[in-house]
Amino acid sequence: MSEHKGDGELGTDAVSWFRDIGIGDSPQVGGKGASLGELVRAGIRVPAGFVVTIQAYDQFMDLVDKSGAIRKAIGMLNPKDLDRIKVLSGQFKDLFAQTPLPATLRKSIAGAYRELCGGQSDLPVAVRSSATCEDSAEASFAGLQDTYLWIRGEASVVKWVRACWASLYNPESVSYRLRLSLPEDQISMGVVVQEMVNARCSGVMFSRSPTTGDRSVVTLEASWGLGSSIVSGEVTPDKYVMNKVTGGIIDRVVATKLIQHVPDPSGTGVQEQSVPPEKQTEPCLSDDEVKALLGVAKKTELHYGCAQDMEWAIAHEDEGIWLLQSRPETVWSSKQAKHISVPQKKAFEHVFSALSGKQN
Amino acid sequence: MSDQGSKNPFPLPSEVESVPGTDGWQDMYPYYTHFQPEDDQRFWFCNSMHFANPMSAFDVITAEVPYHGMGAFTTRVFAFPTVLGIDYRILNGRVYITANTVTDPDEIERRLEIFQRRAGRYYENWNEIYVQWEQRMKNLIASLDDIKVPELPEFEDEQVVMKASGIAQNHYVREAFHRCIEAFSVMWQHHFEMLMLGYGAYVVFFQFCKKAFPEIDDQTVARMVAGIDVLMFRPDDELKHLARLAEELGLGDIFTPDGNPDVILPAVGQRGEAGQRWLEALEKSRDPWFNISTGDGFYHQDRSWNDDLSIPFSALPHYIGLIRKGETLERPVKKLKRERTRIISEYRALLNSEDEQLAFDQILGLAHLVFPHVEDHKFYCEHWLTTRFFNKMREFGALMERYEVIDDAEDIFHLHYTEVEKSLATIMNSWAAGTPPANRDYWKPIIEKRKKILGKLADWQAPPAIGPMPEKIEDPALQMLWGITSETLLAWSTPAVGKAKNEIHGYAASAGVVEGVARVLRDISDFSGISDDEILVCPITHPSWAPLFSKIKAAVSDIGGTMSHMAIVAREYGLPAVVGTGQATQRIVSGQRIRVDGDRGIVTLLDE
Repeated sequence: MSEHKGDGELGTDAVSWFRDIGIGDSPQVGGKGASLGELVRAGIRVPAGFVVTIQAYDQFMDLVDKSGAIRKAIGMLNPKDLDRIKVLSGQFKDLFAQTPLPATLRKSIAGAYRELCGGQSDLPVAVRSSATCEDSAEASFAGLQDTYLWIRGEASVVKWVRACWASLYNPESVSYRLRLSLPEDQISMGVVVQEMVNARCSGVMFSRSPTTGDRSVVTLEASWGLGSSIVSGEVTPDKYVMNKVTGGIIDRVVATKLIQHVPDPSGTGVQEQSVPPEKQTEPCLSDDEVKALLGVAKKTELHYGCAQDMEWAIAHEDEGIWLLQSRPETVWSSKQAKHISVPQKKAFEHVFSALSGKQN
Repeated sequence: MSDQGSKNPFPLPSEVESVPGTDGWQDMYPYYTHFQPEDDQRFWFCNSMHFANPMSAFDVITAEVPYHGMGAFTTRVFAFPTVLGIDYRILNGRVYITANTVTDPDEIERRLEIFQRRAGRYYENWNEIYVQWEQRMKNLIASLDDIKVPELPEFEDEQVVMKASGIAQNHYVREAFHRCIEAFSVMWQHHFEMLMLGYGAYVVFFQFCKKAFPEIDDQTVARMVAGIDVLMFRPDDELKHLARLAEELGLGDIFTPDGNPDVILPAVGQRGEAGQRWLEALEKSRDPWFNISTGDGFYHQDRSWNDDLSIPFSALPHYIGLIRKGETLERPVKKLKRERTRIISEYRALLNSEDEQLAFDQILGLAHLVFPHVEDHKFYCEHWLTTRFFNKMREFGALMERYEVIDDAEDIFHLHYTEVEKSLATIMNSWAAGTPPANRDYWKPIIEKRKKILGKLADWQAPPAIGPMPEKIEDPALQMLWGITSETLLAWSTPAVGKAKNEIHGYAASAGVVEGVARVLRDISDFSGISDDEILVCPITHPSWAPLFSKIKAAVSDIGGTMSHMAIVAREYGLPAVVGTGQATQRIVSGQRIRVDGDRGIVTLLDE
């Protein structure tokens, strides 16, 4: 697997390669796509891929909802009126399914996929949403838009790119946007198509503690197979807490990992599988790998200048870390920081307040 | 143990059973150390950090006198707002203590006002006072050395007549004894003069770090504060210097692992000028650096390197071997300093605001100001003066042996100091009367009985705490001195839930995970028994054990916290260490394979 593939000979405005984009391109490619491009720029190992751009989405949407009437109607819904949300969402999806993809778009997407495959036929890829307001520091949109794993072949890729677009209008996404009063006419979506890592193990990682907000630690969860089993909560992963400053491992809990997500034997999609008994209680990372992950977390955070929420994988084929995505941590960064202490006139005055049982 | 939350998980003092075969153990200790029925109302914990083994009758002085000093300076001298002194009792030979605190807000306010004025004066003039402190301590040690234990000759020195001084030697028996006890008492007063304020400043930094970085481990907080040029490292540094010098002078072949000074010193002496140079260097190192104890200053049997040169000498062949392999022995002081600076600045950068950073600077600055004293006072107090004090007591023991009041000079340590005074009175009269001491055999059967009792008490598993468990403990004094918090109590009171049977839990003191062969060392006499790359397992380590750390690949102790000597040295050598396990030396046997997880504080027995 290599980090850069394709030289963009078919380059149109419908697709953008990771290597050509950065965080500033978020309006054109969506948050996730822009972030992956930025990671490549930062010198972090990211599986190769491209983004089907916002422009491609907009072009298709104008065919689906020519007058924009349905989108406007959705924007005026009451976020609590779930029944109406369901009705409109259903209407939209029907229209969506009936609208064929313009040939130029299809050609661009299929061409980019072929380029990504290089010489290989039907390279497995992940197709993931990259909405304009998704993964922002203010709202996490966690799991609302879809991700499709282990997709192979041009036709399949095109099909799942459409599915991603459609997921923006499923009732959960619509009600989430309405609840946060996000303007409906500014909603758009890029779609990331990225080479799959045939993961031996994978997981998530926060560059601050998700439980205490502590910025001096990195918390890491890891399990066998693809990371989707952790994100969906189907497995209790191994857990590590690492000290960012000293590099030490502060805590490790090796869990009993009963299931794993692996590529479906049919060649497309993933399936859930039991973890062989002897591997269930075996840690899925070596200490060196834990430390390498810590390095990736620190580098990523340093690049972005704020705490990150990351997904990563380690392949069967090689030993390095692949970073699959990174987004700003949203829970703690939006909280008012806890007041710790303020300077005193004299340093030893801190002792007075602490030893008399008061906080300063 | 009951799983009912409402039931007290610890026995009451009155419920603790005696150890079979130790009837009358109470008589070894003064009446005021005995638990009374009303003590059942209070919560006590075993101070196994300082007193790991049953106390001999004399050694009780190392609990009694320190608590006089500690409480005096918190309760009376500085008026710490919430912290009073310590009550202590002895149960089956172990020291149980309870910390007294102030909880009434008005009273705290009243004490705070006094504390601010008095503590402020010390903090503001810290270094100046510390310089004076060191001088006072050196003077005190010199004055202890000057005390002469009278020899009680047949006829008094003629000078008493010529100078018409009018006092005979037997008077000085008691006077000299009192002066020794007084010097020991003054040392413990000085010991706490600055120390509690030092701990106070450290605890403020500790609390700041825990608030700002809730998941920071204790050892990382310690690393930001701990000094690098610490007096306690000097003895080992001197030893390395002597090893290098021996090699340079071509004397390296003389040193053997048994370190027998009776063989080594004459052999060096026969090597002409080179030998003389080495012996001169040795003399320089010995005073004062070999006044380091193999213990922590609480037991008479802990001797100094000066008392037993085979202890430092047995480490020399290993150092000489390393020099021959071209290894650098010196601690990488510059690197350690750079690393400490880096850690501090990275944590500082993670703080939320400039205000917080400025507060961090102040609090850490204060901790750095006080910490040299916190780290170095031990050398003067628990090592240098204490080993000299016990040696003076040995001189009195020799006098008592000469008068056949005891069978052996060392037996003095089976008498409480007030009992020693009684037997000295019989000697004073014996010399005056010209007859044997009255009731001369009085102590001998008592001492024999006490020795037997101590042997039996050694195997007793002391409960970590006794009495009604308080709902929570938020006392900063308990936290700073013994690391005892509500969580500690919970851990003590719950049986090992979720712990695998082959695991021993303690404090993670130095990071890393290794597997290897355990070597259980109970005291320094086993010193040469450890082979390269074994894992040291011991009750507690002492600074004089430092030479071991260049040989071993991990360390485990029964007693100690993340600021303990073992923890500090292990971090410097980059060896994984787990401290404060409570039971490692009982559960692990030499030769057993173990895994030491210094990240989590877990020792796993691999072939149990």
